[in-house]
Amino acid sequence: MTATRHRSRREREDRILAAALLSPALLIIAVVTLYPLLHSFWISLHAWNLMKPKEGHPFVGLDNYIFTLTDPIFLDSLKITIMFTLAAVVIEISLAMGIALILNRKFIGRGIVRLLALLPWAVPAVVNGIMWKWILNPSYGSLNGLLYSLGIIDNYVIWLGSPKLALAMVVVADVWKETPFIMLLLLAALQTIPKDLYEAARVDGANVVQSFFRITVPLIQPVLFVAIALRTIWALKSFDLIYTLTAGGPSNGTSVVGYYTYVKSFVSLQLGRGAAVAYIMTFIVLILVFIYYKVLYRKVEY
Amino acid sequence: MATATTPSKPHPMSSRGWRKTRLVIGEIFFYLLVGLLVFALLAPFVWMIISSISPPTELASTPIRWWPENPSLDRYRALFLGPREGEIVPIAVSKFLNGMKSSLIIATATTLVCVFAGTAAAYALVRLPVPKKDGFLFGMLAAQMMPIIVIIIPLYLVMQKLVLNDTWQGMILLYSGFMLPTVIWIMHGYFQTLPAELEEAAMIDGCSRLGALMRVVLPISGPGLVAISAFAFLYTWNEFFMALIFTASRTKTIPVIVTEFSTQAGIDYGLMTTAGVIGSMPPLLLAFLLQRYIVAGLTSGAVKG
Repeated sequence: MTATRHRSRREREDRILAAALLSPALLIIAVVTLYPLLHSFWISLHAWNLMKPKEGHPFVGLDNYIFTLTDPIFLDSLKITIMFTLAAVVIEISLAMGIALILNRKFIGRGIVRLLALLPWAVPAVVNGIMWKWILNPSYGSLNGLLYSLGIIDNYVIWLGSPKLALAMVVVADVWKETPFIMLLLLAALQTIPKDLYEAARVDGANVVQSFFRITVPLIQPVLFVAIALRTIWALKSFDLIYTLTAGGPSNGTSVVGYYTYVKSFVSLQLGRGAAVAYIMTFIVLILVFIYYKVLYRKVEY
Repeated sequence: MATATTPSKPHPMSSRGWRKTRLVIGEIFFYLLVGLLVFALLAPFVWMIISSISPPTELASTPIRWWPENPSLDRYRALFLGPREGEIVPIAVSKFLNGMKSSLIIATATTLVCVFAGTAAAYALVRLPVPKKDGFLFGMLAAQMMPIIVIIIPLYLVMQKLVLNDTWQGMILLYSGFMLPTVIWIMHGYFQTLPAELEEAAMIDGCSRLGALMRVVLPISGPGLVAISAFAFLYTWNEFFMALIFTASRTKTIPVIVTEFSTQAGIDYGLMTTAGVIGSMPPLLLAFLLQRYIVAGLTSGAVKG
């Protein structure tokens, strides 16, 4: 009798304590993300143009979504976002994998290399943007200077002058910042693989390529997946780098969805339209997060 | 099977010699690659440092000068002590120190809020009866990944209503809200690795649950707490988008100020790179000093990019 009463008292206390410990964090999160998320959806169903305050903000249903999904500028920016994300993720993951495989051994200066690999990750994205803007400067930039003195180019190149080349340069800047981080992630995973496995495979006659695909990839698959998923999600949301490096130009050639949304909401001040674009983007990201979560949990189970 | 691994060698000496040469060439090639990697990691940032100490005439010289003939710390002096009399500089110069102060206050306070509120919430989610735990966890993950732009307009209205636009409290509230899900997610993973028996033993000895958390769990959670503090500080210091929208003259942070070094004559790259170098120092120092904890934190799953 006393034991059960004691247990139920403890349970009640635990429940009160749980509420007390959770509420500060949940309150902050609710004010800053949950409520605005719902309100944003509400706004996306209204016509709300701050340039035309007299019109108020009448309910328009799904008009903003229909407008966005048929707006050629949005579809272009979606295409650019997909191109940027695909290029950045593929290059970053394969480059990071290659470097991690090479560095996965003992060598002189290993600690220093690993320390330096944190540099690009820690530098603010905005600083990365201005840094590359200066490096790519057509008249005084160091990239032109370097390539010219090596005899690779005969004339200075206007790196951010044409849409395609500018997008490629945005990818370069992104690769510089993000690859080392993924490399460290993959290197940590590689180091958990016992060396005897490779030894055994070699004895059985497996070559390097075979042991990479049969041993390395399956064993680091969870980490590889996390890296790919996270990079894809962050790349889809890119804004800081674009804002500082190209401001979406030239001729909208690097205007990713994140930048398009910013322009709609804060430059043309069409809040309803901006909210609708943001919701479409969130929906895409949420699908990716869901897949990511499912796979993460599968990883935990076995 | 053992015989298969030792095939007969007709010329043992020459074969061994060749293997040694191949090994040496392999090593040279390996260290060349490592050198190339180090160059790629450092060159862009080092170039920014070199540019920051090159006088304007040398910055704009063709052919390019890789090291300034007359290096000067003039720009650093201008940013910290203000411009010389009669010197025409972008307005951002006079805002720079205030920006450093603002970034420091906001990042430190956000880190504190995140560590206290986040650790408490993560502990509750691991050890205490909370209904719909899985839902909470998925919510935390989704909140980390959500594009901030989707809530920026309503957030602006909330901040206006609470009279928090361009205030330190407002920015701390915002950044805490965005960083807490990540902190909870990481600490949740960390607490799960701690054996529950530790607290149970303490509670049998008469400790309350809260006492066990304070006296038993937290003292052994050092590495996790260090990692989340580093992430929270770095994220807040580096964040740009919300700072761009929500800060003005009073609380403008360093990332916003770094983008403002343009005059009527165009962008002042010298001052901009100088501001970039100084603004990168706190996160860089933090990353280098706490490397061990950060790399451990990286491997623990989701981390804000």
